Amino acid sequence: MSDPLHTPLYDLHLELGARMVPFAGYALPVQFPMGVMKEHSHTREKAGLFDVSHMGQVIVRGTDYAAAATALERLIPVDVLGLGPDRQRYGFLTDDAGGVLDDLMLSNRGDHVFVVVNGACKAADIAHMTAAMPDVTVTEITDRALLALQGPRAEAVLAALNPDSAAMRFMDVRSLDLAGAACWVSRSGYTGEDGFEISVPADQAVDLARALLAHADVEPIGLGARDSLRLEAGLCLYGHDMDRGTTPVEAALSWAIQKVRRSGGARAGGFPGADTILSQIQTGTDRVRVGLLPTGRAPMREGVELFATEEDTAPIGTITSGGFGPTVGAPIAMGYVAKQYANIGTTIYGALRGKRLPVEVAKIPFTPAKFKR
Amino acid sequence: MKFTEEHEWLRSEDDVVVIGITEHATTQLGDLVFVELPEVGTTVTKDDEIVVIESVKAASDILAPIDGEIVEVNEALTDNPAMVNEDPLGDGWFVKIAPSDPTQIEGYMTEAAYQAFIA
Repeated sequence: MSDPLHTPLYDLHLELGARMVPFAGYALPVQFPMGVMKEHSHTREKAGLFDVSHMGQVIVRGTDYAAAATALERLIPVDVLGLGPDRQRYGFLTDDAGGVLDDLMLSNRGDHVFVVVNGACKAADIAHMTAAMPDVTVTEITDRALLALQGPRAEAVLAALNPDSAAMRFMDVRSLDLAGAACWVSRSGYTGEDGFEISVPADQAVDLARALLAHADVEPIGLGARDSLRLEAGLCLYGHDMDRGTTPVEAALSWAIQKVRRSGGARAGGFPGADTILSQIQTGTDRVRVGLLPTGRAPMREGVELFATEEDTAPIGTITSGGFGPTVGAPIAMGYVAKQYANIGTTIYGALRGKRLPVEVAKIPFTPAKFKR
Repeated sequence: MKFTEEHEWLRSEDDVVVIGITEHATTQLGDLVFVELPEVGTTVTKDDEIVVIESVKAASDILAPIDGEIVEVNEALTDNPAMVNEDPLGDGWFVKIAPSDPTQIEGYMTEAAYQAFIA
């Protein structure tokens, strides 16, 4: 492994007392002196600032927006063409077997598509997109950092830097001047809270971060709380809750495949794995991603096997993400179970340290979404 | 007070040895969210797993640093694991062991030696 890369905020993280860990090829803060639990609660109650500069920022450009969107629809089973100007939507790249290569956010930026992909996948995603879309240009943006400001106070905090931000609704995107920097802002995030994701020129990222942190309601938040926040929000972590071995239908992400791309739609199919994915939407799958609430106090983490009874020897599923939910105040998890056990309220059993402990299939998100729709 | 290389502390109180983890350990582990304690009356041998703790990050085992019998456990931790982070050397203790061999504790590090060990 080569040494982890630094984001533009690296020195600021050290100054703020972060404990740094390698993640997706970058040195990133796992926690600040406040600690994971308090960082989590602070984000739910006020506002947290996250450095997500490891993520890939990509511009896909054709002769116009429609050309770029049409090309992307060959790789992504969502309605990119129908996405309105200055609007963002969730999607994923699929492979020929219907597996998920990565999940991503797509924005209609007028004359091009702005795509944000996972840091760990970005090199492969860009190579894949470049090879599969020779009719458009795929450009990785390497001179911009990416920050996320999340929580109920995010709107007021950002409005203090630019009041136009407050007019944005969930999944709106806009170019905004923030602390003197020309930013690309979306009203979105990965915590279940209202908030913003901000692409900022790398050389102005520290100034913007300091301007946001200067607000009494804002604290820096590390990867630890980012994970517990997204887990409570029921959001998938790529490489854990879905990957090439799971289809979007198994991952309970069919909602992201609009009617126009489904069987009978005007632009049905035409993406890798369409036969598998579209037939699964019709017929269902043998296993599905569900929320899980261990009924005891012991967290159940990734890899814990699930069983129908306390005695059965053949597992009926596996936990793919799990831990303690600070806002829920109890252990929470997600995982895949055979479809006959996927109904909410079903009691199954997780194997933990040689014991079978009850787990209830539960609705996700575990904490209510607070998006400003 | 004595210290192990596993970041446990041992404090003799009358005929029993109180066992917990150091502040250094709690800092490394992060916020604790779960503590599973042994049953009172259990006979333990050095290096037996006696307590399971989980932080926001991962699960860890606490091993018995000495031979003996568990005579008391800190039940309050079950409902409030965070007490270990808040007061690791005091209210955050885990178990009390009646040692089979009261001299066994003497083999562990002094506070000065432990501070040098973690430095």
